[in-house]
Amino acid sequence: MDCKHIGKPMKRVEDIRLTSGRGTFIDDMNPFPNIHQAAILRSPYPHARIKEIRTEKAERMPGVKAVITGQDIAALTNPFPVGVTAPVKYYSLAVDKVRFVGEPVAVVIAKNRYLAEDALEAIEVVYEQLPAVVDIEKALEPDAPVLHEAVGSNIANHRHFHYGNVDEAFRQADLVVKHTFFYPKYSATPVETYGVIAHYDPSEQQYTIWSNFHGPFTLQSVMAAALRTPSNRLRIMIPKDVGGSYGIKSGVYPYMVLMAVASRIAGVPVKWIEDRQEHLAASSSGTDRVTWIEAAVKRDGTVTGLKMKMVDNVGGYVRAPEPACLYRTHSNTTGPYRIRHLQMETIAVMTNKSPTGLIRGYGGQQLYFPLERLMHMIAQKLGMDPADVIRKNLIRAEEFPYTTPSGGVYDSGDYRKAFDMLLDIVNYDEFRQKQKQARAEGKYLGMGLACIVEPSGSNMGYITIALTPEERAKSLPKSGCAEGATVSIDPMGGITVRISTTPTGQGHETVAAQIVGEVLGVDPRTVKVVAEMDTLTSPWSVASGSYSSRFAAIGSSAVYQAAHKVRQKLLHIAQELLQVPLDQLVLEHGRIAVKDAPGREISLKRLIGSTHWNPDVLPPGMEPGIHETAFYTIPAAMPPDENDQVNGSVTYGFVADAVTVEVDIETGEVKILDYTTVHDAGKLLNPLIVDGQILGGLVHGLGGAMYEELAYDRNGQFLSGSFMDYLCPTAPEIPPITIKHLETPSPLTPLGAKGLGEGNTMSAPAVIANAVEDALSGLGVTIDTLPLSPNRIWTLIQDAKQKMEITA
Amino acid sequence: MIQAAKHEKVLVRVRINGKLYAEEVEPRRLLSDFLREDCGLTGTHVGCEHGVCGACTVRVNGAAVRSCLMFAVQAADAEITTVEGLSLHGSRHPLQDALSECHGLQCGFCTPGILMSAAEFLEEHQDPTTEQIEEMLSGHLCRCTGYKGIVEAIAKVAKEQKDR
Repeated sequence: MDCKHIGKPMKRVEDIRLTSGRGTFIDDMNPFPNIHQAAILRSPYPHARIKEIRTEKAERMPGVKAVITGQDIAALTNPFPVGVTAPVKYYSLAVDKVRFVGEPVAVVIAKNRYLAEDALEAIEVVYEQLPAVVDIEKALEPDAPVLHEAVGSNIANHRHFHYGNVDEAFRQADLVVKHTFFYPKYSATPVETYGVIAHYDPSEQQYTIWSNFHGPFTLQSVMAAALRTPSNRLRIMIPKDVGGSYGIKSGVYPYMVLMAVASRIAGVPVKWIEDRQEHLAASSSGTDRVTWIEAAVKRDGTVTGLKMKMVDNVGGYVRAPEPACLYRTHSNTTGPYRIRHLQMETIAVMTNKSPTGLIRGYGGQQLYFPLERLMHMIAQKLGMDPADVIRKNLIRAEEFPYTTPSGGVYDSGDYRKAFDMLLDIVNYDEFRQKQKQARAEGKYLGMGLACIVEPSGSNMGYITIALTPEERAKSLPKSGCAEGATVSIDPMGGITVRISTTPTGQGHETVAAQIVGEVLGVDPRTVKVVAEMDTLTSPWSVASGSYSSRFAAIGSSAVYQAAHKVRQKLLHIAQELLQVPLDQLVLEHGRIAVKDAPGREISLKRLIGSTHWNPDVLPPGMEPGIHETAFYTIPAAMPPDENDQVNGSVTYGFVADAVTVEVDIETGEVKILDYTTVHDAGKLLNPLIVDGQILGGLVHGLGGAMYEELAYDRNGQFLSGSFMDYLCPTAPEIPPITIKHLETPSPLTPLGAKGLGEGNTMSAPAVIANAVEDALSGLGVTIDTLPLSPNRIWTLIQDAKQKMEITA
Repeated sequence: MIQAAKHEKVLVRVRINGKLYAEEVEPRRLLSDFLREDCGLTGTHVGCEHGVCGACTVRVNGAAVRSCLMFAVQAADAEITTVEGLSLHGSRHPLQDALSECHGLQCGFCTPGILMSAAEFLEEHQDPTTEQIEEMLSGHLCRCTGYKGIVEAIAKVAKEQKDR
């Protein structure tokens, strides 16, 4: 396809308003009169029984309309449904017990936030403290404190998987390499916190909620079930501007339900804007995970089998869509490698930490940290270069589409070509020489490599792999990745596009305009894209929303198809008016013309006008007006089969990274010298936005590798409650970054595009850890956890030194 | 110094983006809340309320300050510029377009604060180095862009300024 707009680095249409202070974010909105403000009282304890809550004093304070406690919530709502069989009751306010520091215990609704916060101080809660557990392995022990008595243990979900013949692979192995890795809990801390505006109209029993929620809209049904309301009585609206999310804002939904009930009880519309301390303590985060991993390896470096046990810490409650983090990468567990035998045990454990949920890379960073560290360890054990071990195991170009042992179908790629590009860019062989020289001069340089598969466009069915095939058979199958879009044209020719992809900064308005401009032969800047989402009027489905990098593969395809429907309609009208066959017509520059017949043409404006003002000229049977909706899904997103094989995503990109670091062994400080990444995300829709997405994801991964952690002490007290304690990367910490692209189009999407922007969030922690260990090679240091703070590195070096001295 | 009882409201007069505002506020009211809620200037964003993220940065008598760390009464009689003040009467600050050209924003939530700090910085630094730009930017959190586009945008405007 020869494109005028798609694939071009068009400036974003969102930018004018955002650089002028004219955005519409949730806290900028006052969609109802008489909005009151909410403030939330939170648990100071990790685990305690609520004996009593005294609210009378608070209720009498100036401006206070209502004080709501767990008893009100238990009376008016159901626990949130979740896709596991363990009987975990999770409500939007603590009922009877608190299970993590920061858990909501009561809500005050008052005239303004100052008065609401004043009243919080007047609420008295009597707690009986209980022993807490935050450590994954300790929480699994038989005598561990149990969070949910009805469950009987802390295990929310537990499954075993076996693909191929793992025992045989390990029997035939020349070498078995194994290690245990711990991945820390961290967030993405969008600069805009959670926000909700809720209004209950008793006359129609209608809940209307505005929030910076971005799906998945499967959660609309979860919210409706909790509120005991028909789904069309729960109207959810999303502002056109959302101040970043990276998955985290998906976790706002319990607060949407909480504020909906608060509005109902208080009898006024309610606004709640989370503060930063609340956000860090109690919003959402990735899971911390322990992975026990073993590889069966041949002497030449070929990896034939993998055994993994992964335990995810989902916090105090298993909150939908968790335990999805365990399964998001299920189909690509073997990464970019042709490993055919795989055994997995997956466990979701509940502890006294905050509940988890979507986060950029979702499960990928937790998967690839052990896998890519292990590939380096294998190389070390065999005395081979890590580049050779990686290259040997990469899936070959001729093997695509490639089906993984766990059922993933990698649609396209040329992994070796991309990897060779990477080694070439970084002058890999030359670096090894430089490293030797530096070491002779007392400098510790290292290079790490990592190759990963980046899944995008999640299949709604993958989460059901948390259930056994027998359990799944008891309910209806789930599949697909459906998304809708509407393209309409008004009587004067104005083109409007309505999307349900709830962008949080990814420029969907721009890309949708580019696509519609392309298909309808008009200037994209004349196309108006409506990004506000409204569950009563927008074209949406369960998979709608902004997550799993699904816009490029799926959201944009829905827009493309809706635009094509309009195009076809216009061409058919032109055919009627010009009396020539369809294939003789070309649509460009705002008109439809007859090929090779100068002057025989008709303007789009006229064609469009006729559908509204003069339907009489339309071909027989054609509807008047122009308002076309398309829903798009990809057939490859099928339900899991009875052998637990599932294609969890529709498109799979590839990322190859190389990072060089220098470690100061006196202080333990790691300096990243440069970061090179080669991507294959199929056809790129807007290179400007593509590189921006990649950079953002990469820096988030770098934050995870180096700085970010939601830390708890061993008693469950939360230690990183402000931006002074929770460190995010800032501008001076960003190394020089080189991004290169290979474009192997996806055969599955109309434009050949795949999702992107999460790859380096998945790979950066692994590749940086590999680089640091490489820099310290010979010192006996093993990196198996993060973040790589100077304190941690220094301690590792000292411990290794001591060990060596003892053995010497 | 203004003296007021706990819940007594105080009349605060300020000039914001050239326009005079006189509002009665509690002494404890944050400048950020005053700007957003009392004056309706929602371009100034609040990201942390403890002075780290920089999203709420405005200029008070020319100096870039965190409006979440100041009370409205402390700004009495001051001259304030918010992000809305960068595009008055149809003109735009060159940084606004440079950020767009260099893809220095995605969700745009941190952008107003960065614009205000960068505007002050460029008035004080005619020929800044990349390190100086990064150092200034270290007072702002952006979780979308990885900062690269922002640094480039500021450098671009600095260069244009110098070449003029």
